[in-house]
Amino acid sequence: MESWRAQPAVFWAFVLPGALWLLLFFLVPLGLIWILAFGERVGPVQIDITWTMANYLAVFDPVYVGLFWRSVWVATIATCIALVMGLPVALAVSFAPDRVKPILLLLVILPFWTNILIRTYAMIAVLRTRGFVNFGLEYLWLLGKAFLLPFGLDEVVMGERFEPLTLLYNNTAVIFGIVYVYLPFMVLPLYATLDRLDRSLLEASLDLGAGQIRTFFSIIVPLAKPGIISGIILVFIPALGTFLISDLLGGTDSLLIGNVIERQFKAANHWPLGSAMSFVLLYITFAILALRAWLTSREEARARA
Amino acid sequence: MRDVAAPIVEIQNVTKAYGKLKAVDDVSLAIPRNAFFALLGPSGCGKTTLLRMLGGFEHTSTGRILIDGEDMAGIQPNRRPVNMVFQSYAVFPHMTVADNIAYGLKVTGVKRAAIASRVEEAIAMVRLDGMAARKPDQLSGGQRQRVALARALVKRPKLLLLDEPLSALDKKLREEMQLELVRLQTEVGITFIIVTHDQEEALGMASEIAVMKEGRILQIAPPRELYEHPTRRFVAEFIGASNSFPCEVLAIDGQNARVRSPLLGELTVERSAPDVTSGTLIIRPEKVRMDFSTPEPTPGEALIRGTIDQIAYFGDLSIVYLTAEDGSRLQCSRYNVSRIAAPDPRPGTACTLGIHPEDLLLVGD
Repeated sequence: MESWRAQPAVFWAFVLPGALWLLLFFLVPLGLIWILAFGERVGPVQIDITWTMANYLAVFDPVYVGLFWRSVWVATIATCIALVMGLPVALAVSFAPDRVKPILLLLVILPFWTNILIRTYAMIAVLRTRGFVNFGLEYLWLLGKAFLLPFGLDEVVMGERFEPLTLLYNNTAVIFGIVYVYLPFMVLPLYATLDRLDRSLLEASLDLGAGQIRTFFSIIVPLAKPGIISGIILVFIPALGTFLISDLLGGTDSLLIGNVIERQFKAANHWPLGSAMSFVLLYITFAILALRAWLTSREEARARA
Repeated sequence: MRDVAAPIVEIQNVTKAYGKLKAVDDVSLAIPRNAFFALLGPSGCGKTTLLRMLGGFEHTSTGRILIDGEDMAGIQPNRRPVNMVFQSYAVFPHMTVADNIAYGLKVTGVKRAAIASRVEEAIAMVRLDGMAARKPDQLSGGQRQRVALARALVKRPKLLLLDEPLSALDKKLREEMQLELVRLQTEVGITFIIVTHDQEEALGMASEIAVMKEGRILQIAPPRELYEHPTRRFVAEFIGASNSFPCEVLAIDGQNARVRSPLLGELTVERSAPDVTSGTLIIRPEKVRMDFSTPEPTPGEALIRGTIDQIAYFGDLSIVYLTAEDGSRLQCSRYNVSRIAAPDPRPGTACTLGIHPEDLLLVGD
């Protein structure tokens, strides 16, 4: 590959459109938000930039800190579930016959064909008190009751009435929604790593006497680590900032920091505070990425030692 | 204690079919204990499939495989008394040399103290001293191969399978590893089965060679017999080079046959096998005598006149390609035994070739 110095015109022709796009629509707005975070609200639509730290200090209000903390937890749990569910899926796809692979990958990304808003509303229809999950459970409940009736045990075991489960408007529903929406972001990088894995490494492990489970944990998981890390990042970061899923599926006690930021910009009309919160969220994300980079480099250094 | 004379591997009428294609077609084979056995053949002849069936990575469609008298049907690779050196070596990239070698012992529950000493022993055996803590990406191809060997041998298998183990190494290293493999085999006394498409590799290492073509075994013999006594034309042409002459069989007399060849006249030659009653006469290029002076046949020798087309000089020997008077193409190799000998003749030079009937062999087509 030729160095970009040899063909500067070609290099700039390829780089400029994307660079300008990012500059105009990403870096400039981000810069504006950064500046707004140092502003003071003086009227309904007027904000003076006074370089005050008040907004950042306000973010450290215990209520908001609690929300940040909960957001990190919800995102962490959702990411773990996505990893545990996504790894077997990715493994299965990578071991599928070549003819079937594209179809399976299509199925993995099929949910993207529908808007996230519609998909999330669909989850409500599935999870609500009179939703499909509860209908299914009620059907099973009726079957069980009919089975126990001849023994006279129906009321003792099954109760008098079917009690629908409360599946919606709580943290569980939010985590469920996040896993559902972001699972493909976990499966795809995992698949990309596993598909490149040299099959003879797995055969060698079996050959040396390891069983399938041992091979999975000793060979597949360590070698899939780059994919696992990418998947975690791709799920964790959007999960940390999500507001739509928690807005639709969450209850009053499952607000995430994303919802609060959204409110500052809309209902509360407090752009400076919203901006400061956005940047704190950004810094948290950076800190987590830096932590991971540090862990990786330390591990590499130890391996070289 | 089992009968030491009994073969370590018995392959009985094994077939492997992929749809209509038969990768391995009704192969029967017995491999003696402590052998260095080579499966040799062109790519796609089924040799790797056969090896992978021994390792348990492919199922037999029909037939039985016995290892040390035990039927291997339905036994998973991790439960077989067999270890494999893979073509890509398959050294675990996330483990050190020592961890790679220890892996097979750890997963089968060998005690820690025993693992340490056995790993150390294995490292010394493959001459990787001082490399125990290295990761595979800090090793050369040859060193990675040694790790793969140590990792398999440390398990003390009844059988070591090697799938084209030298194909990824350069020529010098390949020759070194050939000697090394033979040394290891003698040292550990484990039966080695090696798959290769390189005839020199097979001849140089194996105690016995099976030549395969299109899923079938054509001949099983020690190297010398395979080279000097091939039973089929394919074997003769696959192992080393050979000149062939079409011929007509006039009479059969025990081991010999009376044949007539348009180029060589009437001769009595040896038959390669009892079932060979027609076929082709072959002779190895180094057994053809080349003469530039007036031909004076030694008794019983057949003479051919020809013209030199091309000469390939390899240093130790030169291969002369010729066209005979009837237009057939022949080759003749000459060792450059003296530093001050006359140089090779130029293309276009006329010459005479002398062939002794005892160097000819009648092989089946």
